Amino acid sequence: MYYIALKMLMGDRSKYFGMVMGLTFASFIMTQQPAIFTGIMARTFSFMTDLGQPDIWVMDPKVQFIDDIKPMQDTQLYRVRGVEGVEWAVPLYKGLLKVRLENGNFQTCIVVGLDDATLIGGPAVMVQGRLEDLRRAEGVIVDSDGARTKLAKAPATPGGKPVPLQLGDVLELNDRRATVVGVAKVTRTFQSQPVIYTTYTRAIGFAPRERKLLSFVLVKARAGEDLKALTVRIRNATGLAAYTREEFKMLTVKYFMKNTGIPINFGMAVLLGFIIGAAVAGQTFYNFTLDNLRQFGVLKAMGTSNATLLRMILLQASVVGSIGWGLGVGAAALFGYVFRDGVLAFKFPWQLLVISGGAVTLICIFSAMISIQKVIKLEPAIVFKT
Amino acid sequence: MANEIRETEFCAGEAEKLAVQCHGVTKAYGTEEAKIMALRGIDLEVRMGELMMLVGPSGCGKTTLISVIAGILDQDDGVCCVYDHDMLRMSSSEKIGYRARNVGFVFQAFNLLPALTAAENVAMPLIINDMKRTEAVARAGDMLARVGLDSRLDALPAELSGGQQQRVAIARSLIHGPRLVVCDEPTSALDHETGQKVMELLRNVALAEDRALVIVTHDARIFSFADRIARMDDGRIERVVNSPTELSM
Repeated sequence: MYYIALKMLMGDRSKYFGMVMGLTFASFIMTQQPAIFTGIMARTFSFMTDLGQPDIWVMDPKVQFIDDIKPMQDTQLYRVRGVEGVEWAVPLYKGLLKVRLENGNFQTCIVVGLDDATLIGGPAVMVQGRLEDLRRAEGVIVDSDGARTKLAKAPATPGGKPVPLQLGDVLELNDRRATVVGVAKVTRTFQSQPVIYTTYTRAIGFAPRERKLLSFVLVKARAGEDLKALTVRIRNATGLAAYTREEFKMLTVKYFMKNTGIPINFGMAVLLGFIIGAAVAGQTFYNFTLDNLRQFGVLKAMGTSNATLLRMILLQASVVGSIGWGLGVGAAALFGYVFRDGVLAFKFPWQLLVISGGAVTLICIFSAMISIQKVIKLEPAIVFKT
Repeated sequence: MANEIRETEFCAGEAEKLAVQCHGVTKAYGTEEAKIMALRGIDLEVRMGELMMLVGPSGCGKTTLISVIAGILDQDDGVCCVYDHDMLRMSSSEKIGYRARNVGFVFQAFNLLPALTAAENVAMPLIINDMKRTEAVARAGDMLARVGLDSRLDALPAELSGGQQQRVAIARSLIHGPRLVVCDEPTSALDHETGQKVMELLRNVALAEDRALVIVTHDARIFSFADRIARMDDGRIERVVNSPTELSM
C-alpha cells in the first residue's frame, strides 16, 4: 500500500510540486535565517576565536562583552603572572581609533596591541608580509578585507576601483604615522570595522593619553591545570574578572542576545517562515487529500483499514517533508557558499539541521493530522455518489 | 436475546443457496424534520449464481440498498445477511476484512486510481489482502487478459476509453474471487454498444455458481441480462420479476 500511496502522491504533479515547494521555502527560511543569526553571533566573539593560544582572559570585573573595554593598570599584568598555575600572561590592548585616510576622511578601526616580546594574539594567516615585521618602526598589519575596502586608497582614475592598501603604504592613527608591514586574513568582526595589529607599546602610543590602557591580560595555563579552578584563583588573587575562552564567548553572546533586537528580528523571520511554511504545506496537503477523497473512499470500500490509510497519509507527508527539507537545507547551504566571501555573516552548524528538520516534521504532522481526520470520518458509501 | 436467535436463524440461508437475505431493512438520512427515509422495510433475497438487478426511479433507494448489502453502510433496522454473515453484528475491523475478501465493486464513474496503471488498479484488492505487489500485478495481467485488455496493462486510466476503463474496473472487482459483486449503474456512462459489451462481460466472466451479482441500473436496455429484476420505489421493493417483460405488465 505504501507504493500506492507514493504513486497517488506523485500522480498529481502540480500539487506534489506545490507541497514540496512550500516545505522547501519553509525549510530554507528556517535554516537560512538562523544561519545568518548564528553567523552574526559568531562575529561578536570572532576576535576571541582568532586568538587561539590563551586559555583564560582576564579583565576588569565590569566588562560585559568583548568590545566593552574597561582599561586596567599595567601592573595588573604582574599580579596575574604571580598566580599559581599560570604558565604565561601577556598584555593586550584593544581599542577603537580613528584612522585618517589618504583622501582626508576618517575611518574608525579596531586597533589591537600585541605583547612586544612574543606577539601572542597576532593573526594566524598572513596574506602579505610576516608577523615579525611588526617589530619594524611604525609597523602595523591591516586585515585584508579592510585593506581592500574601507582603508583602500582612492582610485587612480575617477570612477575606477579603489586601490587596496599595500606593504609600505602609510596611515595616520591619531596624528601618528604608521606603516603597513603586513596584510592578514582575519575573521570579520560584528561591526565589520577594519582591524589593525601592532605592538602593545606602539598601540598605547597611538591611543589617547589615559592613566589605564591595558584592555586584557591573556593567560596560558600550565599543562594539566584545571581552567575553572585557575580562573577562580586569578579572581581571588587580583580582584579582576577571569573567564575561560568559552565562558567569555558566552558572556559576549548573552550580552548581544539580551541587549540588542537581533534575536527578536531573526526570531520573527524564522517564526514567519514556520507559519507560512505550515500554512502553505498544510493547505496544499489538505487540498491534495480532499482531491483524493474519492480515491481514499474507494480504498476504504474495498477493505482498506483506517490504520493503513493513516500510514499511507503519514508516508505521503513524510516524503514531501523529507524532499522539501532536503531542498530547503541544500538551498540554504548553497546560499551560504555563494556569499562566503562577502559581508554576509553565515554559520551553519549541524544543530540547525536538526532544528529545521524537527520544525518540518511538526509541519508535516500538522498537515497529515488535518487530512487524516477527513479520511477517518469519510463514509465509504461516498464512492456510489457521482 | 430472542431477537439475536431470530437473526442467527434468519442468516442461516447458505444451505438454501442464498447469497443475500434482507428482511425489514430500513435506513433514514438526516434527523427529525429533515429526516428522509431511503429504505422503508426491504425484504429481498439474492441467490448464488444469480444476476439480480435493482431498478427504479432516481432517489428510490437503490444505491442505499446496495451500500447496505455491500457492508459500506449500516442500516437503521432490520437484518441483512451476506452469505450468512450479518454485517451489522460484525465489528468495524471484521467488516473491513470481510469486504476486502468477499465483495467486489463496479462503479458508474469507474473510480480507478488515476496515478496507477491498469494492471496496478486491478491488483489493488489483492494488495489490500496483503499479497505482494509484484505477484498481485502479475495476476492482474491474467485477469486483464480475460476482459480483453492484455495489451493495455501499463496504460493509465486517462489513456483508456470509457468502455476500457469499465472493463478494468470489472477485472478489479473480480480478481480476488469475491462471492458478491455489487455494480452501481455500470453502463450509464457508456454508449449502448459498449454498455452491451460490458454487460456481456459481467455475465460471462463475473457470474459463477457461488457468486452473486447485484446491479443497480435504470438503463432498460440491459434488463435482459438479469436473472431477476427487483423494482424499487420510495424505499420499498415493489415487485421482483424474472424477465423485463413482466416489469411492464
